[in-house]
Amino acid sequence: MSALFEKLTQSKKNQIILFIAYVFLTGAGLFLLPDSTIAFLLLLFSILILYYLNFNLRAKWVTGIVILAAIVPFIASHSDSYQTYMEVGTLVGIYCAMALGLNIVVGFAGLLDLGFIAFFAVGAYSYAIFASGQASKFMPFGHYPLPGGTFWIFIIVGACVAAIFGILLGIPVLRVRGDYLAIVTLGFGEIIRILLNNMDHPINITNGSMGIASITPPNFFGISIGSSSQFYYIAFGIFLVVIYVVRKLENSKLGRSWKAVRDNEIAAQAMGIPLVKTKLAAFAIGASFSGMMGVVFAAKQMFVDATSFTYLESTMVLVMVILGGMGSVPGVILGAAVVIILRTQVLTNISNWLSSMSTDYGISIPPALSPEKMQLLIFGLLLIIFALYRTQGLIPHKNRKVDVELLKKESEKAALAREKATSGGTES
Amino acid sequence: MLAHILQNLPQVLIDGLTLGVVYAVVAIGYTMVYGILELINFAHGDVFMTGAFMGAVVLFIMMGLGFLSAMPALIVFLIVIVIAAIATGLLGVGIERVAYRPLRRKNAPKLIALITSIGISFVLEDAVRFIAELKTGNYIVTAPSMFNHKFNIDIHHVIPYFNNATFQGSFLVVLIVTIVMLVSLDLFVNKTKWGMAMRAVAQDRDTASLMTINVNRVISVTFFIGSALGGATGVLFMIQYGTIDPYIGFILGIKAFTAAVLGGIGNIRGAMFGGVMLGLLEMFAAANLSIITHGAMGAEYKDVFAFIILILVLIFKPEGLFGKAVVEKV
Repeated sequence: MSALFEKLTQSKKNQIILFIAYVFLTGAGLFLLPDSTIAFLLLLFSILILYYLNFNLRAKWVTGIVILAAIVPFIASHSDSYQTYMEVGTLVGIYCAMALGLNIVVGFAGLLDLGFIAFFAVGAYSYAIFASGQASKFMPFGHYPLPGGTFWIFIIVGACVAAIFGILLGIPVLRVRGDYLAIVTLGFGEIIRILLNNMDHPINITNGSMGIASITPPNFFGISIGSSSQFYYIAFGIFLVVIYVVRKLENSKLGRSWKAVRDNEIAAQAMGIPLVKTKLAAFAIGASFSGMMGVVFAAKQMFVDATSFTYLESTMVLVMVILGGMGSVPGVILGAAVVIILRTQVLTNISNWLSSMSTDYGISIPPALSPEKMQLLIFGLLLIIFALYRTQGLIPHKNRKVDVELLKKESEKAALAREKATSGGTES
Repeated sequence: MLAHILQNLPQVLIDGLTLGVVYAVVAIGYTMVYGILELINFAHGDVFMTGAFMGAVVLFIMMGLGFLSAMPALIVFLIVIVIAAIATGLLGVGIERVAYRPLRRKNAPKLIALITSIGISFVLEDAVRFIAELKTGNYIVTAPSMFNHKFNIDIHHVIPYFNNATFQGSFLVVLIVTIVMLVSLDLFVNKTKWGMAMRAVAQDRDTASLMTINVNRVISVTFFIGSALGGATGVLFMIQYGTIDPYIGFILGIKAFTAAVLGGIGNIRGAMFGGVMLGLLEMFAAANLSIITHGAMGAEYKDVFAFIILILVLIFKPEGLFGKAVVEKV
């Protein structure tokens, strides 16, 4: 049976047929059972299957984008819980980009950052302050709130501000050796949170623990963007940009120097890699992704306060990176998706199911044990299990391989050509 | 302004000393583990918290059996602290077995050990949370008060610049117990055979194992002592401050780590000094920050203060006040 399956999946044509059948089946499933979370998740699972098929890269990208941008929203729009599905999609997009940012710092450069959420907070607050009446409380000029059209500029602004904070954190921290770094970044994250929570006096900048409410929704050529289904496309767009940048960076000179610094700092330095510049670049680029998504988050929630940016959130992003596989781009994306779906869908569904069990069958589960509250335990166990038994994560990272044979052939060919050219020159 | 600060000084000193000795003992747990394994044991703060809860459990059981009214409070307290210390010590040994030893055998990078310790800290927090919530319906537990006799130091009569200061009986208990713990630990590390083995392992693990030292057992003993001290401090914390919740370990752990870094990590006496100093500085900041900045910053910035100290120490004197600078070799 398995041999038959193997044979069936070997050829490309069969793969295409099976894949289309899968997408069609799960899509139909979601269409017919619009409220079933499982159907929705199965449809999303097709992206993972797509990753493992052996099409060429461009075809995979196009299919993936078509599924995520057209098929999923279209089918989900028939459901009553359309906005919930899209909300999950938006969150996955936001956290994927953040996890990719942290992956640069932890996975590529090997610097453990436990205060990563601070950059997200900086991005979120930079939009929230200026897109609400808050800025008029301390800015001497200008009219606030700024119109929703400025959202698009603020995505860039958020990235820049977060990158500046990343460098500010980086400069003192770079003198610190490996494991101290973790605790300093943790302290930095807490400092940012406490500052945001208390900067309502003497000058009211962040409105303290009250948070900033009624943030202007973004405006796209006159269309006010307010619903999750619209934010989904914004998050998806930024996510694609982030993936493109990360892909390009990974095998660039900078990416290779990050990995060299991670593997052995001293050796890397001896090879002429500028340590400070390389590490600062990792901090700044990682932070800027987070800052961009912070802006999106603030606009989506229309309200920010310091409770969204706790240590728990920082470690949640770390869990995504560890779960997926440090340094592996597809792994981190999968990790982020798994964690977000677990948090927002699976755990709440199990909790609801358990509470319905207790009303229907009289099996009472104490509220202290409800899975929704056990997030810390679940993610703590995940961290331990993955660190101990599967350090490389769900999808281990692969270094780009160099085909030695091909290189040899090419150099031989080049040598031959050169010889011919020189001998030809003497004859004539 | 200066007069005002001076007036509060005696009270600040008393409060700061209480907090400082708590930091000092927890800091020792960090510094001992770091000295031997070069690992920041993030779970240590939560071991401290677990100790506080175990103390509360033992105290409630004894109260249920009627011991609390039958026996003098001091004896009850000693029983509670010893049971809690042994239990947390065993917990520490268990954590080392489950989470760190397999990694050591595999020679995994340090980053991975840090990540498992974060995981352990999460698991401890949540396990304690749901046990407490299951038993009492609320995860914030208020312990029965002990040693709540109030003392008043009438210092205003002697030196008129100062205001009077008050403290509870528990302050004396905390102070005496921690000093006994610190002194006996110092004697243990410096005078006994096990202490010598510990120092040898900290210096060079491979050579120590060649000198017939059972490295794994020494590491277990280190974890036992560090965690037992942490757990005992948790009990002291519960008696001094009354209410405990599963999340007290996190921020206190970080501050204790700051104290360990301040005194030079790996250096036990340094950790004691760093802890007391950090406690005093923090209480001073909490009491006077708003006076110094004319109300711009209040006591809520006292945590920021501790983190800034940490960052400053790491930048300008990363080896700490009493540590030796180590040059990393290839």
